Amino acid sequence: MSELTSKTIAELRDGFRSGEFSAREVAEAYNAAVAGAKLLNAYTVETPEDALAAAEVADKARGQGELPSLAGIPLGIKDLFATKGVATTAGSNILKGFRPPYESTVTANLRKAGAGMLGKLNMDEFAMGSSNETSAYGPVISPWRRKGSNVGLTPGGSSGGSAAAVSAHIAPGATGTDTGGSIRQPAAFAGICGIKPTYGRCSRWGIVAFASSLDQAGPMARSVRDCAMLLEAMAGFDPKDSTSLDLPVPKWEANLSSDLKGKRVGIPREYRIDSVPAEINALWDQGIEWLKDAGATPVEISLPHTKYALPTYYIIAPAEASSNLARYDGVRYGLREEGVKTLDDMYAATRAAGFGEEVKRRVMIGTYVLSAGFYDAYFTKAQRVRALIKQDFAKAFESCDVILTPTAPSAAFGIGETTDPLAMYLNDVFAVPASLAGLPAMSVPGGLDGQGLPLGLHLIGNELDEQIVLNAGLAIEERAGFTARPEKWW
Amino acid sequence: MSDEELERLVPELNAIIGWVEQLGEVNTEGVEPLTAVIDQKLRLREDAVTDGDCRDAVLANAPNAQHGFFAVPKVIE
Repeated sequence: MSELTSKTIAELRDGFRSGEFSAREVAEAYNAAVAGAKLLNAYTVETPEDALAAAEVADKARGQGELPSLAGIPLGIKDLFATKGVATTAGSNILKGFRPPYESTVTANLRKAGAGMLGKLNMDEFAMGSSNETSAYGPVISPWRRKGSNVGLTPGGSSGGSAAAVSAHIAPGATGTDTGGSIRQPAAFAGICGIKPTYGRCSRWGIVAFASSLDQAGPMARSVRDCAMLLEAMAGFDPKDSTSLDLPVPKWEANLSSDLKGKRVGIPREYRIDSVPAEINALWDQGIEWLKDAGATPVEISLPHTKYALPTYYIIAPAEASSNLARYDGVRYGLREEGVKTLDDMYAATRAAGFGEEVKRRVMIGTYVLSAGFYDAYFTKAQRVRALIKQDFAKAFESCDVILTPTAPSAAFGIGETTDPLAMYLNDVFAVPASLAGLPAMSVPGGLDGQGLPLGLHLIGNELDEQIVLNAGLAIEERAGFTARPEKWW
Repeated sequence: MSDEELERLVPELNAIIGWVEQLGEVNTEGVEPLTAVIDQKLRLREDAVTDGDCRDAVLANAPNAQHGFFAVPKVIE
């Protein structure tokens, strides 16, 4: 039943409900696909029994009244989400062996909606990276390859395991998290859809913290409709997260419509960057045509502080990370280095052994910009510029309803090709401004580049307006006709 | 960090710090620092015990737990 793994989540839902196949058949097909794809290194833990248990519940419930929205759907879960009794390590050695005695709110919501878990998905350590190369488990290998080449490519990051799993059809959908592009850039690299909702839509409770004012969970899947379905199940008010939005969850799936008549699409002139390959700018122009065809009117907008978004992000995110990561001390959970005499030596030895290079780099930057003498010059300054970036968007949304840009400044690159940290940070040049402003944003596949690799288009909506983002995404999806798939080599 | 690690890290950190310093160009006079990205009121809850009574679960992941406590290297002489 390998064709089951080619179906979208909406197709699995409908086929399961109409009796075309059982939830058990779906879980078994995916468990087999997962077990046969070790070369991708996408999963850090496989939980076939969890997927089967959820399938059994779904099969029993079928025909006995209303089924929850994701009954019979097995999903991949990024290793950043605490899953009760199942190893949760955030891709880091310092959380080695950690088995949470609790379940994150987002995964609990998915379970309540009937979903099962195929396993935990590999990621950049503590979500710090754009290529999955910082994972303690080693990099995820993208299922995609350049035409006529067998060079291993990155699936992007930090939700690289999620992106690779969904595009390789070893998960129909997955959870991701996005702090500065970690859902959208890997979705673009892997030729799938991924949406980061408005900050506060999804509870952060039980998600290992990176930068708390930016972290947001969101779904990654093969269609816009699947993203809408998953996001509806994941989102919702949670009193356990003080920044959770106390608002009802909209019916995003039921309200999907690719008719954009009367809508204005903002094209930010500051996003035209000379160093971006011509193919990406050409796809952007094509995206404008597609949205026009759907009834929308393009308008030029200006986001004047765009060039300052990345440096602002690389002050705020490391600052928050350095505070959040202070909890890893070898006392309460995770790794502890023994064989040292004093408590202070134990802390130092544990962190030296447990944290990888990129995490150490960001903790150092973070503690520096928060240090007494430099706090105002760096951290407060960055918070002021962040306010200006948010104002840019507020002003832009007076004259448009949704913003269209490319998702990333390049297609997927090779593993080991980008070694300079600053060059790596530039991957998120188009993704970070929306993160700093807390806005919903999505990547949808637009086409392939000359080397046969996927490129994504990026939609940004105003606060709480996930619907226009999804609707514009659907309009692009219908017109792009993106059906390319990586050829199976794994 | 080892001396070897530091040697590699210093130029990298200098490059990153040098790069973020371009924020100095931005006029932020009179701009309030942004601390909450989406406007919302902080909620208050009833001042009551809502959690606890789960010592074993709390200690379950400790690398070293003894007699119902976290154990650490000796801190008093």
